[in-house]
Amino acid sequence: MGAILEVEKLEAFYGRTKALHGVSFAMEEGGITTVLGANGAGKTTTLRAISAMVKTGGSIRFAGQPIEGKATEQIVAMGIAHVPEGRGTFVDLTVEENLRIGMYARRDKRSAGRDMERVLELFPILGQRRKQNAGTLSGGEQQMLAVARALMLGPRLLLLDEPSLGLAPLVVREIFRILRAINQESRVSILLVEQNASIALDLADHVFLMETGRVVLAGTSDVLRRDDAIRRSYLGY
Amino acid sequence: MDIFVQQVMSGLATGGIYASLALALVMIYQATDVVNFAQGEMAMFATYLSWSMLNAGMPYWGAFIATLVAAFLGGIVIQRVIIRPVENKPILTIVIVTLGLLVICNSLAGWIWTYLQKPFPSPFPREPIRVGSVVFGAHDLGEIAVTLVMLALLFVFFRFTPLGLAMRAAAQNPASSRLAGIRVSWMLALGWGLAAAFGAVAGLMVAPILTLDPNMMGGIQIYAFAAATLGGFTSPLGAVVGGFLVGIVENLVGTYVSFIGTELKLTVALAMIIVVLLVKPSGLFGRAHQRRV
Repeated sequence: MGAILEVEKLEAFYGRTKALHGVSFAMEEGGITTVLGANGAGKTTTLRAISAMVKTGGSIRFAGQPIEGKATEQIVAMGIAHVPEGRGTFVDLTVEENLRIGMYARRDKRSAGRDMERVLELFPILGQRRKQNAGTLSGGEQQMLAVARALMLGPRLLLLDEPSLGLAPLVVREIFRILRAINQESRVSILLVEQNASIALDLADHVFLMETGRVVLAGTSDVLRRDDAIRRSYLGY
Repeated sequence: MDIFVQQVMSGLATGGIYASLALALVMIYQATDVVNFAQGEMAMFATYLSWSMLNAGMPYWGAFIATLVAAFLGGIVIQRVIIRPVENKPILTIVIVTLGLLVICNSLAGWIWTYLQKPFPSPFPREPIRVGSVVFGAHDLGEIAVTLVMLALLFVFFRFTPLGLAMRAAAQNPASSRLAGIRVSWMLALGWGLAAAFGAVAGLMVAPILTLDPNMMGGIQIYAFAAATLGGFTSPLGAVVGGFLVGIVENLVGTYVSFIGTELKLTVALAMIIVVLLVKPSGLFGRAHQRRV
């Protein structure tokens, strides 16, 4: 299977401040890769750079095609769905409207309709809350809605920014169970940024570790799980 | 009692005009946090276009629709060419730009059509309509009907169409909308277009009453500000209710408070703005302004 995402010498800037200093990695189609690292290491910025939400340098190829220089909307239309930090819920719209927003940019409305059914099967709670304002949902439900909305775009690659943030362990396990199901059934590749290293390593097949805007270590999760530095800093035993 | 009912009805009629223009203001404010001071002058300009079309022999409703389309396209062009370059500048910059736009629209209309007042036709019959002992102006009733039809269309558009949903999403959460593949910048342009078309309706409905001249919308714009402030700048429903309320209050105060009469009517609007801002700054239906960082 080919690479779904190839990132080379990626740089990102907030104003004049350089936040990424030449990040390079590749992801296989259908795989799950997780990015670990401390706060401020550049994990979120890496995702934002892929979605063209920050100014970037270097090259990014998605399914073989260069995407650097494209607008966020175009990148989304090519098949990259980004669930941002803080979930990006449309709080004044209903749950159903939130999901329909995901359908808006799609040309294949019929398969979008099928995806709606599929998404409601994956997240039955959202079906029950259909007509409710999304702002009234609990944190876990909002995170589910954010993932569901991203799936409504019919993506080939899902970028997830700390889906576990602020949620109870039980809810986190439920969400990660669904993420695995999505990956296995629909072959959607997932690039996951997580603070919760142990659950992220369980889900992912590949891992890379970032420090101050650089990739310092990369490999399969099995290998890195046994790495002493990783174990001590991120798994805590 | 008859006088009261009549005054309320004509209050609703002028209120419909304020409501249309207030709604235009609120649509743009909600999407971009910008108060478009040129909204009234854009409406006036559109009304002049309509006048030229009517003069060239077009039937009224044909000119009506053509004017709305022209205003819609004009609104889009204004957003793309004039507003978009300053989109990310401080709010004061944008306000000054809309004030500049106000002056440009006004002078351009004066230059093209002169400052002489022009009579403008009403599409509704001249004969008043009698219900019992109460007499309603046909133009008043027609105006109310036109306003309500426009509001219903707008409601259906925003509530039930994918494009309407995308526009609401773009206004609420631009960053998230981009991630959903929505071209936010174009949604804002469409918003300007719709607002301009709505404002044009206000212009077309008020011109038969005030007669057409480049300064026709000055007072109306202030009433529309009062309406939007009263209803809440963040609530389209509030703008509409506010518009009708301001219209009714203006008429009743003008009728029953003798020293106000017609000369001091505009003061009522300003007084309402001040009272609302002092007592409930977010308006009747608005929510307290909070900026997400």
